[in-house]
Amino acid sequence: MLKYLASRLLTFVPTFIGVTLISFAFIRVLPGDPIIVMAGERGMSEERYAELTTQYGFDRPMLAQFWDYLTGVLQGDLGTSFVTKKPVWDEFFTLFPATLELSLCAMIFAILIGLPAGVIAAVNRGKFFDRALMSTALVGYSMPIFWWALLLIIVFSGNLQWTPVSGRIGLQYYFPNATGFMIWDAIASGQSGALSSAVRHLILPTIVLGTIPLAVIARQTRSAMLEVLGEDYIRTARAKGMSPRRVNAIHALRNALIPVITVIGLSVGTLLAGAILTETIFSWPGIGKWMVDSIFRRDYPVVQGGLLLIAVMVMVVNLTVDVLYGIINPKIRKR
Amino acid sequence: MTDTAQSAPKRPSALREFWYYFRENRGAVIGLYVFGFFLLVAALSPIIAPYDSTQQFRDHILQPPAWSEGGSWAFPLGTDPLGRDMLSRLIEGARYSFFVGVVVVTIASFGGIIIGLIAGFAPRWLDTIIMRIMDIVLAFPSLLLALVLVAILGPSLINAMVAIAIVLQPHYVRLTRAAVLSEKQKDYVTSARVAGAGRMRLMFKTVLPNCLAPIIVQAALSFSTAILDAAALGFLGMGAQPPTPEWGTMLAEAREFILRAWWVVTFPGVAILITVLAINLMGDGLRDALDPKLKRS
Repeated sequence: MLKYLASRLLTFVPTFIGVTLISFAFIRVLPGDPIIVMAGERGMSEERYAELTTQYGFDRPMLAQFWDYLTGVLQGDLGTSFVTKKPVWDEFFTLFPATLELSLCAMIFAILIGLPAGVIAAVNRGKFFDRALMSTALVGYSMPIFWWALLLIIVFSGNLQWTPVSGRIGLQYYFPNATGFMIWDAIASGQSGALSSAVRHLILPTIVLGTIPLAVIARQTRSAMLEVLGEDYIRTARAKGMSPRRVNAIHALRNALIPVITVIGLSVGTLLAGAILTETIFSWPGIGKWMVDSIFRRDYPVVQGGLLLIAVMVMVVNLTVDVLYGIINPKIRKR
Repeated sequence: MTDTAQSAPKRPSALREFWYYFRENRGAVIGLYVFGFFLLVAALSPIIAPYDSTQQFRDHILQPPAWSEGGSWAFPLGTDPLGRDMLSRLIEGARYSFFVGVVVVTIASFGGIIIGLIAGFAPRWLDTIIMRIMDIVLAFPSLLLALVLVAILGPSLINAMVAIAIVLQPHYVRLTRAAVLSEKQKDYVTSARVAGAGRMRLMFKTVLPNCLAPIIVQAALSFSTAILDAAALGFLGMGAQPPTPEWGTMLAEAREFILRAWWVVTFPGVAILITVLAINLMGDGLRDALDPKLKRS
């Protein structure tokens, strides 16, 4: 097991350096001089330009710049935003709870519906329910989520007036952002109505972001269940006279869960990509919207740092899933 | 049919065998028909579109579809905020979507297959380097990487396609390499090598044709991914630029009118959804038909 862990960790290092190199390279390849962009429309004198070039180290050799960047990254220094002048690291972790809250809700939504749906479809294989469910899942899987978001806004915010269109909480509520998780903070604030406002702001983004993972989980659960249901030990359990429900829930589902958990773990990347669109549409102040805004503002340090942090996050999650998978399934380790 | 009856032991042609299995999946056949219909629309768009996609009818701004109140059959699906005919724009938009799909899949699969073949046949160190690079690309969420790439290259449909192709490429590399590695150990490859086949011949003539099944399935599925991602980039303002009637760009232009004119938002999305759904249905059918392990399971 230790050897397996070590080999996984060893592949992590070159990938990490490569990811850093790519995000570093972007700022140097981007068209337009970052310093001129910083100056804005006023422009700047030649001396100031030279001064800033030296300050940011753009006049030094590429390799030295990369070395500085890499050592900075390892110490948690990702530079400062051109626009807000705040450290990129701080900005990322102030906004991150918003994305995390939304992603967690989306994942819970997807699992709560997708898992039972997949199980029921597998147990009723070929029947009407199975076919209806799987067709729906395929539609969800093919959904352009930015359009789905607009449709939900038209129906639930426009026609029915049930949910707000954007943001995380009603403007009338104000309380300190202690944890950054709006639901938690709303409860802690003790203001009446704050919690329900926060929840109502969460509903549509959660559905939008959770739709594709939901479809993927339902499909994966169904096929994993079908595979397990064909195994001999299931037949044995049935032959012993166990109730079908017990066989399905205890014997089959537990083993079918392994591939499903992998899929859930690996969909973190999908979730973050989806967060870009979802947050932009619902003006959700998280990482996705921050990245899009920064790209449009040409705030290079933010784009570079955000890209790196997101990639590292995806890598860490994937590594964890890999290792967990190795623990659950010893056969993997031997390879 | 009579042919096979007379010479029973003869194996049916690969295409017929494929069609036999493909036909069993009803969804896949429906997907194929829908896909064919869209292909036809895209090909004939200049002929069948009632108006030019950029022509503005200033007297008919935001006119609802024909069947709702205030609509007219002159503009069956209504008009957009600039008075352009929605139907004509959607028809023309089909062209862009298929263009995106074809170009992206061609670039991504061509590059991915070559790199994957090289990785599969290369000495271990080169294989490791190639696969590490692919891991690095895969560590970034695809849409985010494409977004940043387009920001570098400058927002346009062509650049969006290049960016999406780069992002999709690693999947082909991985798939091809895995197939090559499992094929390479088989006896027919050894015998070809013993018979004196050169490395190029081994790669492209002996091994590659036997690796194609999963690659074809991947091509179908990434066709739909390409359309979705291009529309997403267009929606974010980083893909095709207005007034191009690309479906995602149309949605972006219509965003501020969502609560006033549902049709400008609904139809482009329906077009994307149906196209992507049809391709995914087809992809599922292709997988069932081409993957012998799943056959008749």
